[in-house]
This record gives sequence, C-alpha cells and structure tokens, in this order.
Amino acid sequence: MQKLLLLGDEAIAQGFIDAGGSAINSYPGTPSTQITEYVMKSKEAKEKGIVANWCANEKTALEASIGVSYAGKRAMTCMKHVGLNVAGDPFMNAAIIGTKGVLIVVADDPSMFSSQDEQDSRFYGHWAMIPMLEPSDQQEAYDMVHFGFELSETLSTPVLYRIPTRLAHSRAGIVRREAKAQNEIAFPQNPKQFVLLPANAKVQYRTLIDKQADFTKSSEESGYNKYIDGSDKKLGIITTGIAYNYLMENFKDGKCPYPIVKVAQYPLPYSFINKLYDECDEILILEDGQPFVEELIKGFLGKGKKIMGRLDETIRRDGELNAEKVAKALGMPVKTGAPIPAVVTNRPPALCQGCPHIDSYNALNEVMAEYKDGKVFGDIGCYTLGFNMGAINTTVCMGASITMAKGASEVGVFPSVAVIGDGTFGHSGLTGLLDCINEKANVVVMILDNEITGMTGGQPSSANNKLENICIGLGVDPKHIRTIVPLKKNHEEFVQILKEEIAYNGVSVIIPRRMCLVEAKKHLNK
Amino acid sequence: MKKDILLCGVGGDGIVSVAKIISDAALNMGLHLKQSEIHGMSQRGGSVFSHLRLSSDEIYSDVIPEGKVDIILSSEPMEALRYLPFLAEDGWIITNSTPFINIKNYPEIENVMSELKKIKNLVAFDANEIAKEVKARANMVLLGAAAPFLDIEFSKLEEAIHHIFDRKGEEVVNSNLAAIRAGKENSGK
Repeated sequence: MQKLLLLGDEAIAQGFIDAGGSAINSYPGTPSTQITEYVMKSKEAKEKGIVANWCANEKTALEASIGVSYAGKRAMTCMKHVGLNVAGDPFMNAAIIGTKGVLIVVADDPSMFSSQDEQDSRFYGHWAMIPMLEPSDQQEAYDMVHFGFELSETLSTPVLYRIPTRLAHSRAGIVRREAKAQNEIAFPQNPKQFVLLPANAKVQYRTLIDKQADFTKSSEESGYNKYIDGSDKKLGIITTGIAYNYLMENFKDGKCPYPIVKVAQYPLPYSFINKLYDECDEILILEDGQPFVEELIKGFLGKGKKIMGRLDETIRRDGELNAEKVAKALGMPVKTGAPIPAVVTNRPPALCQGCPHIDSYNALNEVMAEYKDGKVFGDIGCYTLGFNMGAINTTVCMGASITMAKGASEVGVFPSVAVIGDGTFGHSGLTGLLDCINEKANVVVMILDNEITGMTGGQPSSANNKLENICIGLGVDPKHIRTIVPLKKNHEEFVQILKEEIAYNGVSVIIPRRMCLVEAKKHLNK
Repeated sequence: MKKDILLCGVGGDGIVSVAKIISDAALNMGLHLKQSEIHGMSQRGGSVFSHLRLSSDEIYSDVIPEGKVDIILSSEPMEALRYLPFLAEDGWIITNSTPFINIKNYPEIENVMSELKKIKNLVAFDANEIAKEVKARANMVLLGAAAPFLDIEFSKLEEAIHHIFDRKGEEVVNSNLAAIRAGKENSGK
C-alpha cells in the first residue's frame, strides 16, 4: 500500500476518520489548525457523514464533544495550548464525568513560533488525572488516535493527546489501518454520570481516583512505552514524545549505549522508571516542552541520584528541544557550519502589503498622536503585528483588548481604545463588550473586520455578518456603531470618526471592514 | 542514500510546494523522509524555512542538526546566507540571485552576493527572469536547478509534478515542467 505523505496534524485527522470518529469540533490555532481542516476537506469524511465544525471558541468546541460522547459516539476537539485555558472548565469536568470516546488534541508550541507562551499541556492532563498520549512520530500520531479512542472507551475517560509544533508541522509517510465504523447512538448507562451535582460529582471523583491504577497499568502494558536496555549504566535516559528522535539522531545506526525509557503514554510507566533509576547511576530527562516528567521524578526535595534535564539547565529551560541540545547534554561534540554573515538583516513577519489593518492603524496612529496619555489595547491575530507600527500597547490573551481597555478607562486612562479582530471578537470579545455596556465604560472598541480568521489561514469567523447586530443586541447605542472601509482614500473620514467616538463618553464601536487580502485572492482564483 | 535539504525564502513564496514535490518523488522511490515547515505568525512575509530529510535508512529528528545540511535551496539570496550555520562543509547552495525587498534595512545586494560568492559550492542565478519566460513561479525553476544534486532521477520529479498538479490542468503541469527543465539548464551540471 502506498504510504500517505502527511503532516503530524494530518495523520491525526486521518486517524480520526479511520478510527470511526463521528464529530470533530475545534477552534483554529497554530499549530493545531490543519487537523480539523484536513477532516473538513476530506471526501472520505464527507461520505461517512463525519461532522466537522469550527466553533466560536475552544470551550464551546469541547462541550460539543462532551455532547457527542453523551450520545455514545467518538469525538475529537483540537486546539493550541493556550486554547486549553479557554476550555479549562469543560476539560476538568469531562475528567470527572469520565467521558468515553473523547480525544482532546492539544498542540503545544515550544519556542513560541506563533504563540504568547510555552505552557505545556501535560500539566493540565496530570491535574485532571486523565491518561495522556504524546506520540513520537507521524506514524505513531496516526496509530495513537485509534488507540486513544479504545483507551477512552475501555477506561471511561477523556484522553489528552499532546503534540508539539515540530510534530504537528512535519510530514512523513503513513501506513493506514483498516477503517472502523462509527458507533451507534448509545446513552450512558448511569443516569447520574453527566449530572455533576455535588452529590453525584463526589462519587464520580472517587471513581476517577480509583481508576488511576488502571491508567498506569495501561501505560505499562500498551506497548507505546518502552524500556530499551543499554550496556552503559552510568546514565539512564527518559525521553518523552519526539525527544526520543533528538536522542537517536546522535547515534549512528540508532544504537544508544545507555538504557532508555521511551515515554509516549501517561501516567508514567512506574515500573519502567523505577527499574531505570535502580540500574543507572544518573538520570537524564529529555522533553520537548517544560520539565513535566522531571518535576514529577525529581520531586521537591531533589534527593537521591542526580537527575538532569531542564530544571538544572543541563538543557536550557526555555525553547524547543533539538538534537544539538541533547548532544551537549550528553557531552558529545556538536558540529556547526559557518556563522551568519554580518550583512544578513532580520526579516520579521509583517502585515501583507495592502492589508486593511495597515489603513486602520494609520488612522488610529494619527489620532492617538494628539493624546499624550491615550493607550491602545491590542489582541491576538495578524493585527498584533501592529506593534511594529507603534500602534498597540498591549497583547495578552484572546479578548483581553476590550476588557483591559475597560479596566484602564475606569481608573482614568483616556482615550482607552481596544483593537480586536472579527474572529477574536467572536471567540471572546462579546462578554467583555457586555461588561463595558453594563458599566457604561468610556471606551472605543475597534473591531477590525477582515471577514475571516486570517492568522490561522482563513477559517470562517463565527461573528461574520453579525457584528452590528451583536453590538446592538449587547446594548451599544446604534449611533455609536460606525463602519468604514479601511482604504487610503477614506483616511480623513476614518480619522474624523475616531475623533468623534473618542469624544463621546460611553461605549463606541468602530468597524473597519475590508476582506483579508490573502482571502480575497483565494476568491479571485476560484 | 541520505540527503538533508534546507529550503528557505520569504513567507508566501511557495518553498513548501517545492518541498512537497521532492517529497512526493522520494516517497515513490520508497525512501524514508521527514519534512517540517512553518505556519502561522512566522510565515507572514518573514523568513521561512523547511527542513527536508531523505534517506534509505530510518530518519529520527524532523529537523536537520547544524552543520549537516547537504543543500540549501533558497528563493532569495540573503535568506540563503541566514542558514549558513546549518550547511555542511561540502554542502551546496542553490539560490535565486534576485532579492525580495520587503524590509527597510535590506543590505546592498552587491554585499549579499559577495558573501555568497565565498561559498565553495554555489549555484546562483536570476530565477525570476527564467520563470517569466516559462510562465511559472521562480521556486519551480530553482527546483530544476537543484535537481542534479538531489540523487533523485529527473523523471521522478516530472512524475511528481504530474501527480501533484494534474488536477489543476494541463497548462499548469506544462509550465511547471518547463520551469524545472529550464532550471536544470542553469545548474551548471
């Protein structure tokens, strides 16, 4: 059978289609976006009637999956690491429920290629006390979707499926398995399972605690965790996920002299780790992410044998792992080519030439220059690049532009301007705007409407064509909802609108609306 | 057989498509391969790169370690220089000589070219000009120029172009084929 050339993301998507998945509900976020996109574009998925949706945010998406699980079918929700913060509530409670047939795929971003932090989702999985999977290559990424669903259904638990950027966005050949049919609708046998009243939840939580031993047993028996013996016991190595590859890269013919515990499934395989600790003089822990395993094993006191990793900075604590970092940790020589010539200058990402956001920022910059103490609160999207134009003062998390502007305005910051994209507004801007209305905050909210979720490659924006109605519905005075086409020729009008709305003491919404250029080009090519 | 290739350029110029074509050909030949690429914020007009590893044996790391790249294939001259720390001592650079200037402080092109000319194994030419003639994109011309260094038969690359572009019609296939053939003429081999 011809291998399929797939990104790690796409391998997971194909795994979902082949493993009898019924519905995938997600919110786009680099590096997870291509999973759901692949299912959406798949002919097979369409023929099988698989539901594939972009939801308003990660919380609504995961809750939809819990609903699918309630109906007895297999569900997947995908997001980037910070999305799990948004979905934290249903995530923790899905664990208490013990949802069957639910995979929560979270793509972490070590080195922050396209993110605001490096948070490692495995801490969440540990906290929720559920099994986790961390495949080490694309084939395992495909296979572990099948395995993850079986695990979830057998042990009645959601499963956190963690990948880092490098696996998400790297291609390799995949061998497929025979496809499995979807489950029939079947409701939970225990009518209390999905009703988390305290009386029920107490019982469920105890059940979750009691299941821990089964989770560990699976980790030791599934075959995804391996104890690979080595002759040199001076050092024992624990690798998690793709860190194994960075280790093996340093040995010709893939022969490492040290014993290795290769981890791809959590809870940690207790007996393997114990054996490694007993047999070796020192332990080195390799993880592409934060020192999660290292903290678990080293503990607070850090007594006993020497344990090396990111905590003691044997490997730099921040940034993506790679083969060179592993070589240095092992005391092996590291090759390097010629240095970068001094003539080379940085080429940072920038807004596209002709991007509507540029016109919006040009108008905003001109107006804000007149106010000494005015501040612009930014948000997450392409328009965050407005920082390089000196246009925004903050970027924190999805939706924080509106709420931060509100908070600042209430303690005297004037003008207090929020800049948020249409996609992000749909994700988590509405509730913040409602706060502004309820408190009659003196803010100007610019919703940069490019009619698409641009940064992640052009997914539909949940509030598309609904922005004005949403704002009116939330209570914004229609007189202070202003729209403009952000073009050079409208610059003076734009400036005038901004001045008027800054002068108005209350909530104003300005909607500069022009389609994302990348998206507009796609429409032209159709 | 083992080839570690670093493709680089500027976000949006299509280096990922080149990687896909080589990958398709390699997969057909039964080679192992891993190809990593960049998405999201980092691709918006900024520097981008893709690591492509081909081997008859199992490949571990998705990224190529520094000092081990056999070929840097670049759609832009300054970008080729950015990845020099990755290039092996006997590695090749195949690059477009036409700069893509979307930043204010782009250096004098003469200075960029003189740095490039210090590289022992260099193929540099104006791929944009040739691309115009054959009505294709410069990245495909560069792929043609890199072809003799890939250890992949030229006909396998042609098959891959058919495989990937057939659904877009004959015209697209032919212009891409013309592009890689014209590129090959400029490889010096």
